[in-house]
Amino acid sequence: MLEASNLECVRGEKSLFRGLSFRLESATCLMVQGTNGSGKTSLLRMLCGLSQPAHGEIRWNGEPIGKLAEDYRGELLYCGHAGAVKDDLTALENARLSATLAGEPVDEQAARAALRQLGLKGREDLPARVLSAGQKRRVALTRLLLETRKLWVLDEPLTALDKAAVANLGGVIDAHLAGGGIAVLTSHQELPLSGRVDHLRLD
Amino acid sequence: MGEPSLSAAFVAVIRRDLLLAMRRKSDVLTTLFFFVIVVSLFPLGIGPEMAMLRKIAPGILWVAALLATMLALPRLFAADYADGTLEQMALSAVPLGVLVTGKIVAHWLLSGLPLALLAPVLGLQFDLATDALGVLALALLIGTPVLSLIGAIGAALTLGVRGGGVLVSLLVLPLYVPVLIFGAGAVEADLSGLGATAHLSLLAAFLALAAFFGPWATTVALRIALE
Repeated sequence: MLEASNLECVRGEKSLFRGLSFRLESATCLMVQGTNGSGKTSLLRMLCGLSQPAHGEIRWNGEPIGKLAEDYRGELLYCGHAGAVKDDLTALENARLSATLAGEPVDEQAARAALRQLGLKGREDLPARVLSAGQKRRVALTRLLLETRKLWVLDEPLTALDKAAVANLGGVIDAHLAGGGIAVLTSHQELPLSGRVDHLRLD
Repeated sequence: MGEPSLSAAFVAVIRRDLLLAMRRKSDVLTTLFFFVIVVSLFPLGIGPEMAMLRKIAPGILWVAALLATMLALPRLFAADYADGTLEQMALSAVPLGVLVTGKIVAHWLLSGLPLALLAPVLGLQFDLATDALGVLALALLIGTPVLSLIGAIGAALTLGVRGGGVLVSLLVLPLYVPVLIFGAGAVEADLSGLGATAHLSLLAAFLALAAFFGPWATTVALRIALE
């Protein structure tokens, strides 16, 4: 269970949002919406513990995330704007390395299967440099399939994806929610999900 | 997920950085060529005065090694910072310190180790005796990891700062001074017949100290840079 109470985000002298509270139970998705610069990414980075809120507290199963440290990070999967995909490595190497760096090494078979599931069949051994923006995004998203984490924090996961890939990703997120997971995501596009979706507007 | 696999992640970081370096060889070769050329310019400029060359050899080899390791420092975290890998490392179930230590080891394997292996060959140009060449290589083998460890702190502190490359030199070079003094001192002591053991022991003490504090300080600096 993820719980945020009375969060405030300050950038420079401006307060982007204040008094923000919510509570996410298992099998729930939180869709964060708002205009550009309204603090969506800042909120997501706070939820990951990458930055500290100016005010307020974030708790995971009742414990402050700062105190849980690695125990919390072991439950968390963050996919940011930058996909952490290395141009000089192949799609397969990227997928396997990011899983290993996250602390969950996978074998080649599993990594290939994940890449295939996201529609990268035949591209596994190409360097990421020659892949399109959408294909690179798919390589970044293979982590969703390879790592077993309870909480997904996805910042604009649909950027550069085509319609079929968006539907595919919707299915992956639905399966995660059905398995008792929690997802927090931002998007300017429609993402059809069948599970429970809460909405949060930052303006 | 279960317990994260620390050793697999540590080895994977080293292998990944070596693999990336192999895919982009120019970065590594620049460091080595810089070292070879700077060191070779001195005998050419000074001429065949053997006594003089023998006297200045340890200092020149060490200063060139310091500057060559500096060259690769700004790149240590910059690429991972730009493409979001560093964020992922900071959010990994594996402690960031483990991954950072892996990156520092890879940096040393790509800069310090080749320099230490090359130095005896370059030392021949300065008419150094065989055992002095051995001491030089040994001193560099103990000293260059300290350079990587201290350099990583500087690289982390200047991450995302404009003109970080110059800043990192200003920040780190003064901290390299003790290593330079005892590293070059080891070779000089050996040449003058005093024996290099004391200097090498002190270098090893620096290494122990840097290995203890370096990754920790680097990790703290990286977390600040990521905020």
